[in-house]
Amino acid sequence: MSFQAPLATSRSVTGLPTGRLAIWWVVVSEIVIFGGLIACYVMFRLRHPEWGEYASHTSTPAGALNTFVLLTSSLSIVLAHQAAAAGNLVKSFRYIWCTIGGGGIFLLVKSYEWTTEISHGYTLFANNFWSFYYTATGLHGLHVIAGMVIMAIISIGVRKGEHLPRVEYIGIYWHFVDIVWLFLFPLFYIAK
Amino acid sequence: MAEAVTTAETTEGAHSHHGEPDFWSKYIFSTDHKMIAMQYMFTGMIMALIGGYMAYVFRMQLAFPGESVPGYGTVTPLAYNSLITNHGAIMIFWVAMPILIAALGNFLIPLMIGCDDMVFPRVNRLSYQIFLLSAIILIASFFVPGGGFGGAWTAYPPLSAQSQYNLTPFGAPMWLLAVALEFVAFLLGGINFITTTMNARAKGMKMYDIPIVVWMIVIASILFMASVGPLIAGAVMLLFDQVLGTTFYNPDAGGDPVLWQHLFWFFGHPEVYVVLLPAMGVVAEVITVFARKKLFAYKTILYTTFATGILSFFVWAHHQFIAGIDPRMAHIFTVTTVLISIPIAEMLFCYIATLYGGSIRLTTAMLFALSFLAEFLIGGVTGIYLGASGTDIYFHDTYFVLAHFHYTFFPIAIIGFFTAIYYWFPKMFGRMMNETWGKIHFWGTIICFNGIFLPLFVLGMGGQHRRIYNFNNFPDLATPEMQDLRIFATWSAVAMLVFQIPFLINFTVSLFKGKKAGKNPWNANTLEWVAPSPPPHGNFAEMPVVYRAPYEYSVPGREKDYWPQNMPD
Amino acid sequence: MTEEHAEAHEHTNYIKIWAILTFMLVLSILGPMIGIKWVTLIAAFGIAVVKAAMVGAYFMHLNIEKRYVWYMLFTALLFLGLFFFGVSPDVMKAEGSNWVNHNNMPVATEEVGHGDGHSE
Repeated sequence: MSFQAPLATSRSVTGLPTGRLAIWWVVVSEIVIFGGLIACYVMFRLRHPEWGEYASHTSTPAGALNTFVLLTSSLSIVLAHQAAAAGNLVKSFRYIWCTIGGGGIFLLVKSYEWTTEISHGYTLFANNFWSFYYTATGLHGLHVIAGMVIMAIISIGVRKGEHLPRVEYIGIYWHFVDIVWLFLFPLFYIAK
Repeated sequence: MAEAVTTAETTEGAHSHHGEPDFWSKYIFSTDHKMIAMQYMFTGMIMALIGGYMAYVFRMQLAFPGESVPGYGTVTPLAYNSLITNHGAIMIFWVAMPILIAALGNFLIPLMIGCDDMVFPRVNRLSYQIFLLSAIILIASFFVPGGGFGGAWTAYPPLSAQSQYNLTPFGAPMWLLAVALEFVAFLLGGINFITTTMNARAKGMKMYDIPIVVWMIVIASILFMASVGPLIAGAVMLLFDQVLGTTFYNPDAGGDPVLWQHLFWFFGHPEVYVVLLPAMGVVAEVITVFARKKLFAYKTILYTTFATGILSFFVWAHHQFIAGIDPRMAHIFTVTTVLISIPIAEMLFCYIATLYGGSIRLTTAMLFALSFLAEFLIGGVTGIYLGASGTDIYFHDTYFVLAHFHYTFFPIAIIGFFTAIYYWFPKMFGRMMNETWGKIHFWGTIICFNGIFLPLFVLGMGGQHRRIYNFNNFPDLATPEMQDLRIFATWSAVAMLVFQIPFLINFTVSLFKGKKAGKNPWNANTLEWVAPSPPPHGNFAEMPVVYRAPYEYSVPGREKDYWPQNMPD
Repeated sequence: MTEEHAEAHEHTNYIKIWAILTFMLVLSILGPMIGIKWVTLIAAFGIAVVKAAMVGAYFMHLNIEKRYVWYMLFTALLFLGLFFFGVSPDVMKAEGSNWVNHNNMPVATEEVGHGDGHSE
């Protein structure tokens, strides 16, 4: 079934392209989802000074490495957008796949961490700290996976030179996922 | 369509390229906003029948405890819990939300702002499909071992979190999953509504030229988006508690059950306004058209809507006054709760002022709109007793609360829906509904509605507690006087359900045999009445241009008493 | 519209931003190693806020985006703050006006401050 975008999609009363306006609203809704979870965690964390002890069992080097990986992947997706805007499709395509690779490394490190922690007995059920840890990082990990899948789909369009603004939109989403991690990192890894 | 986009804004050319679409792509997998609106509306109507049937069953049990209910059989305590839980959940999440936000939003927004579709038609279709999936999961949860979830629609833990308490090991997670999917569907829909209204308005339509109902649906979508986030996170946590055995809400293991109450009501109270605002918008449209008078104080209504929306985030803990919350917070929340009645009252005054001096036509739609004002007022006034923490300690969890919120939700969901359907039916299906049958339906519904819930106020003040399966177990509450009131309320409920039959017949017959409606049977100003009835794919033969505000009725010096928004002079 | 946008992008040196972010990441790890509590807090969360602001401003282009997008995001944060401050008085205490959660009392010896609202 061929799909033709309606006339409505091409209108831009606010001066923002419709796609970018929508992705900002997606970010708004994601802010409250992650923010709600983090706020619940912070309330418990302030209540329980002893949770600092549990937090010392998370691996700061692994978390730091993942922060670095995500920051770098943010750089590569913004470069992909820059390249797409300049019309350099091959370069843009490569940068997108660099970003997907970054997401892959992030997930590998994450799964290494989880395996180590679970094998030490710190499972989802160990106590509420670990429940929050797995819920928050798991939800974040799902967003990373979703971002990678969407980027892979977009990269096909980029090679054909279609839907180039989508590179910018997925970039905004990816930076948001990055920012969420910037807060999860100190919350679960550094603050002891 | 692509070439049409770049040149003149016309969709005429697009139609010739389309063949006649087959059944599946026309009705089931359509991306057309009007068809998706119909899908939402009919799904919502079917769910309303299911929810109404549940109300019938448990009202019969309360009036005649232990006796077999015709059409159901004997009601067990577990089944009773499941019935009241799912009645509440269905009526709010699967009736009020899809009909008022999704169906009206989908149908009205593109037509009223003068464009051909939503900006993301496929996201729109996805949103309905997720919604349908959630409805199917909910219905399926009644038939799994253990039956449907019975922990009340608020799902407070630990009752909802542990199956040794709620005895529904499968029903509870399925219920929660259905609710979560429903949230996702409305997040997708909401982003679509907001983006469409911000970006795709017709040429010339400025901020203050947008019809009130569109404003209200958009503001409601924003409220929904901003309030539902923490609950989505909280629902994931509750789901883990139910299925995996984590202890987020288990006080025995360091969790906090009050946290869920906060998460739920931080969403749950704005949610009241999420469904209220579209209904208020519908009433504004209908009142101004049938009073043939300009809407009184358009900007004031708009600003009070903003005020209501913002204040609605500051009142949630009034649901928890006896949950052991910090008493200092109870004081604050009492003040904010009473404060929110100011903008709402102001809005109602503006509506009444619109009526003053108009030439009122009492069509069925107008009757429903007027009854909305009256009935909602009762709901609002009784809310003051519940918003004040002192009186709420006595009234909490009694039938007074129940009657109060039915006096708000019934006008919102049911009267609001009937107002909209009697008014926009000609636009949706191109035919008129029968007014005589409409009026029979109106009077039957309104009289029976008051017959149900006025006695419940009295019972609630007498101390009758909610969520009780059989009042014979409580000698103080099993007096003949109280039982008579229960029986009266139950027969009123049955009569009200019977009075929906004229509506269903009227609806079905008018669909095929009703008098043909022209483009603009009510002589209204807003843009949807410029399109043919029913509007074809693409809505407008030529995209309208807006020249004025939407409510220019009975302008002095003009021959006709209306002045459509798209008319140059 | 998109042309102006592309113009503006040219002026941002993304690699430089990325280098600053990485440097701050190192700081945020080294800071807590000193072991002073307020240094840890500032290093961990102060720097996280700065990093998030920089990613938002330069990578998400909020610096050249329309102002109201920033207002949208900020409003969402305000609602979150409201949620936190409305809920924390209840969740961060182990007792209410008529209940005590014995299993959940903090192990720290210091008394959790509670106001004069407690009559019982």
